[in-house]
Amino acid sequence: MLLSKIARHLAALAGIVLLGGLLSATLVRLAPGFDSDERAFDPSLNAESVHALREARAGERNVLHFYAAYLRGALHGDLGTSHALGQPVQNLLRERWPVTLRVAGIGLLLGWLLAVTLAFTACLWRRTAYDLFGTALSGALLCIPAAVLALLSVILNAPGYLAIALIIFPKIYRYARNLLAKAYALPHITAACAKGLSELRVLLWHVVPVVAPQMIALAGITVSIALGASIPIESLCGLPGIGQLAWQAALARDLPLLVNITVLVTLVTLLANSGADVMIHMLRPREA
Amino acid sequence: MSAARKLACVVLLAVCGVSLAADWLAPAGYARQFREFPGSPPSRQHLLGTDEIGRDRFARVLYGTRISLLLAPAAALVSTFLAALVGGLAGYLGGIWLRIATGFTDLFLSLPWLFLLITVRALLPLNVSPLFSVLITFFILGLLGWAASARVLSTSADSLRNSDFVLQARASGLHGPRLFFVHVLPNLRPVLYAQFWISIPVFILSEANLGILGLGVAEPLPSWGSLLRELEGLVSFREEPWRLVPLVLLIVVLTSFQLVLSNEELTA
Repeated sequence: MLLSKIARHLAALAGIVLLGGLLSATLVRLAPGFDSDERAFDPSLNAESVHALREARAGERNVLHFYAAYLRGALHGDLGTSHALGQPVQNLLRERWPVTLRVAGIGLLLGWLLAVTLAFTACLWRRTAYDLFGTALSGALLCIPAAVLALLSVILNAPGYLAIALIIFPKIYRYARNLLAKAYALPHITAACAKGLSELRVLLWHVVPVVAPQMIALAGITVSIALGASIPIESLCGLPGIGQLAWQAALARDLPLLVNITVLVTLVTLLANSGADVMIHMLRPREA
Repeated sequence: MSAARKLACVVLLAVCGVSLAADWLAPAGYARQFREFPGSPPSRQHLLGTDEIGRDRFARVLYGTRISLLLAPAAALVSTFLAALVGGLAGYLGGIWLRIATGFTDLFLSLPWLFLLITVRALLPLNVSPLFSVLITFFILGLLGWAASARVLSTSADSLRNSDFVLQARASGLHGPRLFFVHVLPNLRPVLYAQFWISIPVFILSEANLGILGLGVAEPLPSWGSLLRELEGLVSFREEPWRLVPLVLLIVVLTSFQLVLSNEELTA
């Protein structure tokens, strides 16, 4: 059962990445200026050389041929060359990926820690002022663009991962707070409280198992949010990660690089969501 | 209607009203340069001072607010229309159409929003006229922001398709577009309204992010994104607190949007 679920996820993953790749290849092919090669404007080249350059690009005109060539290259580890930076895309991704993993990873950890702590204590404490504080803080943070949080972290000399933590915090806090409130209203949890079980025991033995599947699903989604936030955070905080690379590629209209980054980030997002789904399946109680 | 909701409506109406009166309140306009006062602090002539090249910040805030508040709903209209077309129709038709639409929506939702946005924005020329850039930015937002709404709408339309009154209408001989437009679509209106309203702050935030990254509205046209870009040069909050006015205004407007929608509508 579990193996078939994993297989289904992997098949869906492969399908979505292949389709996403085709979509991206089409976008690159249809982009204005795709056919032109700036080397063709070099006055030192003769007509034959210019013709040879045009012939070299002729195979790329058909989207399917272009995509097939890209896939063949990708299978051999060749993701093409960045137009703007003049370097192989795979080298750029290899250099930049660890920075993003570190910044987004620490940000995710901090954001989750802050949100879950605040949501759990708000439920255990049940003080209106404390609850209002959490709601107001998360509401205010939801209204601030990620790029502004990045700018504020630069002004305040705060690390980039703190901005990522503050971006994902309100989403987790609001969801967790609602889930916990609904869980505490369940009849068996009300009965457990009425029987005099300690607050902590009720929380760990009765509430956490109820909210765990949805919280795990949320964990998968927050990976996507953190990676999305890495674009403004890394660009404005000067962190040389994938987000900054995507921004540089967008400004330079370096579509091959941008498309590869988007496919890679999509793959990571899908892996995180699939991992969360498999985990939920594993945690689900088996029927006798 | 709760007091907070009423207050939010008043704030939104006031901000819209003031921004629409920009021509009268700030007759100098958003592009005029007062070259003798670059980067000046607030004064009687320039209520929020001037920017680095001497443009009146108050005028730019008013015109920028007008642009963002007019075009974000326009983009929301585009995305809600697309969502109704894809999600509403697929849910109404059911079967293979629903499965195809769900798969396509899932594919779209699995692409990280900001990555997708900057990829599509980069496809289009960056050196275009300011008016074209503002239209293109919000049109892209509307064009790419339909997926989440379509998911909600397809679920709602699917449940309506199996409801008693639709079954009775079908038994009475009503089929095709007439059944969809007369019975299904009017019942989807609350969901469409909620999705439209939810999309507006999302698009305002997305435009602000794009603007700060230099991929949004082109100069000299102001928008909240380009106004917030000014924070890049800020050294400390105490030195020039008036430069935070666009940010405060953005937070106030987005909070008002959050308050205007009730919890039931937000979860619709």
